[in-house]
Amino acid sequence: MAEPFERDPRRQGVRRTVARTVAVLGGMFVFAFALVPLYDAFCQVTGLNGKTAGQAQSLVHAGVDTSRTVTVQFVTRGSPGLPWRLETDTRQLRVHPGERREVHFRFRNQGAEASRARAVPSVSPSEASLHLRKLSCFCFQEQRLAAGERLEAPLVFQLTPDLPADVRTVTLVYTLYPVAASGARAERDAVGEGDRA
Amino acid sequence: MASHLPPTSTPQHSQPASAGLAGEAHAPYRGLRRWLLTTNHKEIGTLYLVFSLSMFFIGGLFAMVIRAELFQPGLQLVRPEFFNQMTTMHGLIMVFGAVMPAFVGLANWMVPLQIGAPDMALPRLNNFSFWLLPVAFAILLATLVMPGGAPDFGWTFYAPLSTTYAPPSTTFFIFSLHLAGISSILGAINIIATILNLRAPGMRMMDMPLFVWTWLITAFLLIAVMPVLAGVITMMLLDINFGTSFFNAAGGGDPVLFQHLFWFFGHPEVYIMILPAFGIVSVIIPTFARKRLFGYASMVYATASIAILSFLVWAHHMFIVGLPLVAELFFMYSTMLIAVPTGVKVFNWVTTLFRGSISFEPPMLFALAFVVLFTIGGFSGLMLAIAPADFQYHDTYFVVAHFHYVLVPGAVFAIMAGVYYWLPKWTGHYPHLRLSQWHFWLSVIGVNLTFFPMHFAGLAGMPRRIPDYALQFADFNMVTSLGGFLFGASQLLFVVVVVRCVRGGERAPAKAWEGAEDLEWSLPSPAPLHTFETPPQVRPRES
Repeated sequence: MAEPFERDPRRQGVRRTVARTVAVLGGMFVFAFALVPLYDAFCQVTGLNGKTAGQAQSLVHAGVDTSRTVTVQFVTRGSPGLPWRLETDTRQLRVHPGERREVHFRFRNQGAEASRARAVPSVSPSEASLHLRKLSCFCFQEQRLAAGERLEAPLVFQLTPDLPADVRTVTLVYTLYPVAASGARAERDAVGEGDRA
Repeated sequence: MASHLPPTSTPQHSQPASAGLAGEAHAPYRGLRRWLLTTNHKEIGTLYLVFSLSMFFIGGLFAMVIRAELFQPGLQLVRPEFFNQMTTMHGLIMVFGAVMPAFVGLANWMVPLQIGAPDMALPRLNNFSFWLLPVAFAILLATLVMPGGAPDFGWTFYAPLSTTYAPPSTTFFIFSLHLAGISSILGAINIIATILNLRAPGMRMMDMPLFVWTWLITAFLLIAVMPVLAGVITMMLLDINFGTSFFNAAGGGDPVLFQHLFWFFGHPEVYIMILPAFGIVSVIIPTFARKRLFGYASMVYATASIAILSFLVWAHHMFIVGLPLVAELFFMYSTMLIAVPTGVKVFNWVTTLFRGSISFEPPMLFALAFVVLFTIGGFSGLMLAIAPADFQYHDTYFVVAHFHYVLVPGAVFAIMAGVYYWLPKWTGHYPHLRLSQWHFWLSVIGVNLTFFPMHFAGLAGMPRRIPDYALQFADFNMVTSLGGFLFGASQLLFVVVVVRCVRGGERAPAKAWEGAEDLEWSLPSPAPLHTFETPPQVRPRES
C-alpha cells in the first residue's frame, strides 16, 4: 500500500492540507498571546475592566455640577502574606462632578522586615473608570517601607462632569499586593505559610 | 451506495479482540509491540476507544465519590479539599480523557471506512497522537498523590485559583493538558487531511456521511481553539513559575482576562464534544427509520453555523463578571441564535422519523434518547442564556444539570449509540440484545434520576462545587446520588456487552442493519485489517 501511495498525487494534497492547518495552528497560538495586549488596549479605551490610568492626569476645567451629588466610597484590602495595613479615615465622600477632592491614605508595615508593595486600584462600576481622573495617587508607584514604618499618602481626584447620569455611587478599591522578585511563586509561598499550612 | 465490493480477504471469524486480529499476514509485530507501534487506523481506533472507556470509569469513580459525599448534608466521607480535587479531576478526565478520545476513536475507525480510504492520511502521526494520551493522563492522575494534592480549582481552572492559590502539582496539570492538547491537534490535522484528500473517487463533499461532515467541522474547531488553550495554560505556567503577571492583578494583569481567554477556547470546546454526536445520530436515525435523512444539506449548513457562532458567544459563561450592558445583550442574543441551527437539526431528525418504518435496536434506542434528552439540555441552555436570569442561575446546580444533560445523555449516549451501531462491523457479532436493552433502560433511568433533580436544587439556590449543603436540598441530593449510583453501576453492563460481543455472539453479515446505506456496510463483518486498498467506486448521493 505504501509504495503506490508515495507516488499518489493525493500525497501532494495531504502535504498541502497539513501545511495549511499547521499555519492556522501557529496563527491561533500567536493570536492567543496577541489577545493579551489587545484586551488591555480594548479595556483602556472602553474602561471596561475598572482600571484607572497609571499616571497622573490633568484636571478637566468644565465647571462643577453642583446640581448633582455622587457618593464615592473607598475600600482598602490587604493581601495574605503581606504584613501591611492600608487605611483611610474617609470611607465615603459626597462629591459634585467636576470638583477636585483630596483623600489621605495611611500605609503601615507591621512586619519585622522591610518590604515592598503596591496598591492596585479598581473602580466599580467599570464605566465610571474613564470619568475618574487622578491628579495624584500613591498607586502610581510601588511603596517600600522599613519594618514598622508608616507613610501617609494623598489621593487627589476628580469625577468629570460627563459621568453617566445613572452612576450615583462610585466605589474605589485599593488592594495591596506584595511586590516580590519572583512574582506569583513568591506570593503563593507566602500564602502557603499563612493559609495552607 | 458502492457498486463495487473490494475483494474480501477473510470470512467471518470469532477470534478474541477486535477486527485488528483478522489473521492477516500484515501485522508485523505481536503482543504489546503490535499495539505500541501500530499504524493501522482500526487498531488505533480501538486503542482510543479502550482508553476512553477506562477514563470514563476513572472519571466515573470520582463522580461516585462526589455523589457519596453529597448523599447527605454534612461532611461524611472526604475532606472539602479532597472533594474539590474530585470535582476538578472528574471534569478534566471526562472532557479531555473520555469524551474527546472516544470521538477521535470513532473517527479513526469509521472515517476511512465511510469515505473509502485505505487508512488515515498520516498513520504514524496517528500512532503518536494516541500514545500521547496515556502519558498525559498518567501525569494528571499522578497529581492525586503529590504533596498538596491534585488540582482543586474546578475543570475551568480560573486564575488566580489556578495560579496564585494553586497547589504545587498545577505545573504537572499544565504539562498533561499540553500533551492532551497536542494529541487532539495532531488528531484533527490527520482527520482533516484524510477527509479532504482520501475520499473514494466519485465521492463529493456533499456525498459524505454526516458523521464525516461533523467530524471535519469539529476538526477545524480543534485547530482553531486548542492553540488558544495551549496559550492560556502557557501563560499560567509563566505566571506560576517565571514571575510574569498575565492574570495577576498585583503585577498589572487581569484575572478576568483569563476567563475571556478560557471561554474563547471553552465554548467551541463544548461544540467539539457535541458536533460528532450530531453526526452519529444523523447516521443512525435514517438507518432505523428506513428513510433517507431529511434535509441533508441543511444539516451540513446547520453544523457549520453552530461552529461559526461558537466563536461569538463565549462571554455568556461570564455574565456576572461585570460586563457592560451592551456586551450582556450581545452575548445573550448571539447565544440564543445558536438555538436556530440546533433546532434545524432536531426538526430534521424528527422529520426523518416521521412516517418512517422504525425499529428499536439498541443503537436506535440510544439515538432516540439522545434527541429527547439533548433537547432538554438545549432548553436549559436557553434559560441560562437569558442574562438577567443567569445572575440567579450562575454557579448553581442548574448549570450542572444543564451541561450534564448535554454531555451525558448527549455526547455519551451518542458515543454509546455509535458503539452499538458499529460493533457488528468491528467484531463480526451483534451485541447481546437483552443485555443491551437492560443497559439502555438502566442508563436512561439512572441519567434522569441523577440530573433532573439537579435543576430543582439549582433553581432553589444550591451552589455547585461544595461538599456540604443546606438541609432543604437533602431530598433532591439523595435522589441524585441514588440515580448516580444506578447510572454508574449500569455502565458495568456496557463493558459486559462489549466484551461478550468481541468474544462471540450472533454473527453479523456485511450489511448488519437492514437500513444501513453507507460505504462501511459494503465491507465484510468484521472489517479486515486492511480495507479499500483499491478505492471503491461511489455513486453520487441522489438528491
